[in-house]
Amino acid sequence: MPIRPLAWPTLVVLALLSTGCGKPEPEPAKKGEPAGVTVTLAHAGPLTGALSHLGKDDENGVALAIERANARKLVIDGTPVTFKLQSEDDQADPKVGTTVAQKLVDAKVAAVIGHLNSGVTLPASEIYSRAGVPVVTVSSSPLVTTRGLKGVFRTLGSDAELGPAMAAYLASERKARRVAIIDDKTAYGEGLANEVEKALKAANVAIVARERITDKDTDFKAPLTRIKAKQPDAIFHGGMDATAGPILKQARELGIRASFAFGDGGCSDAMPRLAGAAADGLVCAMAGLPLEATSREFRERFQARFGEVRLYAPYFYDGALAVVEAMVKANSVDPARFGPVLHDVSFAGATGTVAFDASGGRRDAEITIYAMQGGKLVPRSVVKGGMATAYTPPPPAAAPPQPETARK
Amino acid sequence: MDTFLQQVVNGLTLGAVYAVVALGYTMVYGIVQLINFAHGEVVMIGCMVAFTVIVALASAGLPPMLVLALGALAAIAVCMAVGYGIERVAYRPLRNAPRLAPLITAIGLSIVLQHLALLVWGRSYIAFPQIIEVKLYRLGNAETSATISNVQIAIVVASAVMMAALLALVYRTRMGIAMRATSQNPAVAGLMGIDVNRTIAQTFLIGAALGAVAGVMVGAYYGIAHYQMGFMLGLKAFSAAVLGGIGNLAGAVLGGLLMGLIEAMGAGYMGDFTRVCTLDTLLPGFAEACASNPDASLLGSNYKDVYAFIVLILVLVFRPSGLLGERVGDRA
Repeated sequence: MPIRPLAWPTLVVLALLSTGCGKPEPEPAKKGEPAGVTVTLAHAGPLTGALSHLGKDDENGVALAIERANARKLVIDGTPVTFKLQSEDDQADPKVGTTVAQKLVDAKVAAVIGHLNSGVTLPASEIYSRAGVPVVTVSSSPLVTTRGLKGVFRTLGSDAELGPAMAAYLASERKARRVAIIDDKTAYGEGLANEVEKALKAANVAIVARERITDKDTDFKAPLTRIKAKQPDAIFHGGMDATAGPILKQARELGIRASFAFGDGGCSDAMPRLAGAAADGLVCAMAGLPLEATSREFRERFQARFGEVRLYAPYFYDGALAVVEAMVKANSVDPARFGPVLHDVSFAGATGTVAFDASGGRRDAEITIYAMQGGKLVPRSVVKGGMATAYTPPPPAAAPPQPETARK
Repeated sequence: MDTFLQQVVNGLTLGAVYAVVALGYTMVYGIVQLINFAHGEVVMIGCMVAFTVIVALASAGLPPMLVLALGALAAIAVCMAVGYGIERVAYRPLRNAPRLAPLITAIGLSIVLQHLALLVWGRSYIAFPQIIEVKLYRLGNAETSATISNVQIAIVVASAVMMAALLALVYRTRMGIAMRATSQNPAVAGLMGIDVNRTIAQTFLIGAALGAVAGVMVGAYYGIAHYQMGFMLGLKAFSAAVLGGIGNLAGAVLGGLLMGLIEAMGAGYMGDFTRVCTLDTLLPGFAEACASNPDASLLGSNYKDVYAFIVLILVLVFRPSGLLGERVGDRA
């Protein structure tokens, strides 16, 4: 761990936190600076590499939340508070992620909004939890919040909620009675497929085949031929678009007419390219609301400041706001004090009412079911708390934004 | 029966592709007794070049068959250049070096080629444009009847034509005579007035051209391409060549077709044979697994890559020189 020269705001926080019981004393005003404390909120995510466009989007979400919080001129425990952003690049790499996590812990940030990829969040959150720094993420692996770690929160539904939502849609809306399930043997794909299988069995839907492939394969004709013999009326695949596209294409080439369903890995705008005309009619589930259903205020402010929302910016925005909310509620900027209070916050964020359950998952997380129509993903149904409701776009219907490549 | 027929169709298509790639391995082995480990990358580059050309021409309004032919021609030209480069860089300077040396330079070149492709075409999966409309032919009247597509038929026919052309080239032309002579004894072939360097370079060029066509076939069949696609394909085609007897042209074809069939049948049926419920008398653990999940099986279709290599190991144990033998008649 290289020792980096600490910037003065970080020193301020350091000094504050070392002044006993984490009760920040008012900082003597520096020349030309307003009196008060500066609290650092960190964002960590992939700012370089293939997912950098998503990482930047997330960072913008946090930055906007910090601007909103500063505009409120909050006074916490009698001291005016100014928030500032420290953003770090985890390169979507678990090893870099843990280094970044240690760096942020050493820099004594108040909370971390971030890590996009489950693979990065899982090891990094252990470091944050051990150091008592709350972390709010969007990573979809159920393990993020089921390991019993303190201070780990998620603003989106997990795969454990995505699977049952898709199963409910297949069973009730599509009236599927015989379903075949494929997975790519990755932690993500297999986990999701297991959730779907469990929920479908509970809904008395017959699972006629369970096939496994690997995420590096391109030839799926053998398992698909086995599935074809079982004549399912729907096929679910747990995997990313790189396998989902060819599977769909090859299934149609084998004359399989069953409808295809995917998790967020197949909810990608690359599907029409990867599967060709076969992509039309596929359904897929994504955690969260369609972008056009996020709060209008958020969208307008984000648009004016950074341009189009790409994917998870609203959820990072709400994550940062939740931290600020908890600080106000606990009347403290000390992580040890406001951290536990995060479980009790409830406020209207960009993505509806933001509240967390006892394990840190988002309460009543929405899952949206999309269908591919003419090469575009169109929201069909929103599943919330196990109930599917048909999706109606908000009145000022601009061009519906396309969800981007999903989380890994 | 329909399912079996469908798996045969799947396996033969795959096998035809393996056979064409295996011919590239076996040609080079036949003449220099060395494995060209960069051949899988040649196939990948063929696929990528064809992709680029087809995308560039797709909007020009040319007939699809012409676009595909131009893509294949461009792929052949680029791959022949790459094949020649491989021979000049990795093999010719090391012709009299210990046999391990050119093997290592070839593996090094294969990594270099992969990363060059990564720089040019990026790391994500590329969608091969579907300019030819896929038509399905049903082999029966039932809903579950086996189907065969026009692309599959084209792949099998193109493979057969290329194999026939290659055999004619090796056994009916002066160039083929020079190749066979060089393969039997390069020194004596040189004394007989054959330009050995030139003949070896020609062999690499022909092998690379076959690889290019195989790359186009793979792209057209699966519709996606990736800079690492050549690795597994190359490994399997190499195994196919060894299975049939490396250095033997007919052996490469037989090995390729067998490899494709084994893979399709293994992926298609091993899951049924290794169902925990049918094995529950073997181990008490299986009975428990059967009770909790009756559909579970030990070897699902995700193990398909394994079957081909298991058969390869068995063949090598009992027939070390491959099914048709290494040196029957003339090596190519």
